[in-house]
Amino acid sequence: MSLLATASLWIIPCLILVVLAIATAKRLPTYELFVDGGKEGISLAISILPFLLGMLVSISILRASGALDALIGLITPVLSILGMPADIVPLALVRPISGTAALGMTTELIATHGPDSFIGRLASVLQGSTDTTFYVLTVYFGAVGIRKMGDALKVGLLADVIGIMASIIVVTIIFGA
Amino acid sequence: MVNYIWAIMAIGGIIYAMFTGTMDQVNKAIFKSADDAVVLAISLISVMVFWLGITKIAEAAGLLHALVRLAKPFISRLFPDIPKDHPAMGYILSNLTANFFGLGNAATPMGIKAMEEMKKLSNSPKASRSMITFLAVNTSSLTLIPTTVLAVRMKYESNSPTEIVSATLLASILSFIGAILIDRLFYEIRRRKERRA
Repeated sequence: MSLLATASLWIIPCLILVVLAIATAKRLPTYELFVDGGKEGISLAISILPFLLGMLVSISILRASGALDALIGLITPVLSILGMPADIVPLALVRPISGTAALGMTTELIATHGPDSFIGRLASVLQGSTDTTFYVLTVYFGAVGIRKMGDALKVGLLADVIGIMASIIVVTIIFGA
Repeated sequence: MVNYIWAIMAIGGIIYAMFTGTMDQVNKAIFKSADDAVVLAISLISVMVFWLGITKIAEAAGLLHALVRLAKPFISRLFPDIPKDHPAMGYILSNLTANFFGLGNAATPMGIKAMEEMKKLSNSPKASRSMITFLAVNTSSLTLIPTTVLAVRMKYESNSPTEIVSATLLASILSFIGAILIDRLFYEIRRRKERRA
């Protein structure tokens, strides 16, 4: 296993070790602090529930009806004319909306094209370098009761567009098409 | 805008189902996804309690403060509306750091704490300038270790699961910079509008 793969296993335990070692050296009541800080996690998670549920239900209606696939089918030829690999278009369109759907698509692309193919690499980079904007906005704004999101959604989605373009360009340059 | 998007996704889906005969799937999906949301929220409890607990210790030990001091020149320029020693800075940085190392589940609780602190600053139900900047940089997610992707690549027996790390980092740096520029652009547009009004 390579260094980074090992690092990703070691990082959380080591982080906990460092925090606890320093806090203990400073004679802080670590266990009491942990319990005290963790307490509000329960209410926070529950307070997000309605926001999450509303968003997931609406997205699932769009997906289950087949409307999302139809929409993707309409947009794919347009985007592939612009130079985007057709296989990757559905993933790029779904990535900001649904994290689970995007991960499913990435896994499928890697499984069918192989992890070391152009599409496999591109799917990996795209999945890794972007986030589910809808989820982040729903959860973060929901948790603190922000009703007017202002430009946040527009800015987030435009940033996703840049992330997708950057992924395609970077993968093409580093690995070749 | 969110209200429209939310309603249109559902309305569009239901109307589409009327004409394509997928009402059965839609019907099932409504309650299946509601169930999924509850499971997701419940599973968030464990993550939230754990990481908020650890963060509390890190905060008391002065580790968040040290992190802020390290990144001060960069972070205070990115968030000019947040006072330099405000706790929001510590949470924002822990969130970005957690994302950077691929600790997605640690990032969420810290991000929410950051939002709470920013809400205390703005004290309004509207998204503040710092919140929009924070969400922009957060969703463009600067990433060194894309944990989930590495796992998928290993599962499908890649010759080199980690070969995409540098490409992911580079792509996310570009989208990070892009996000900051777009955020600034929209901020300037807002300011012009307000001045005219």
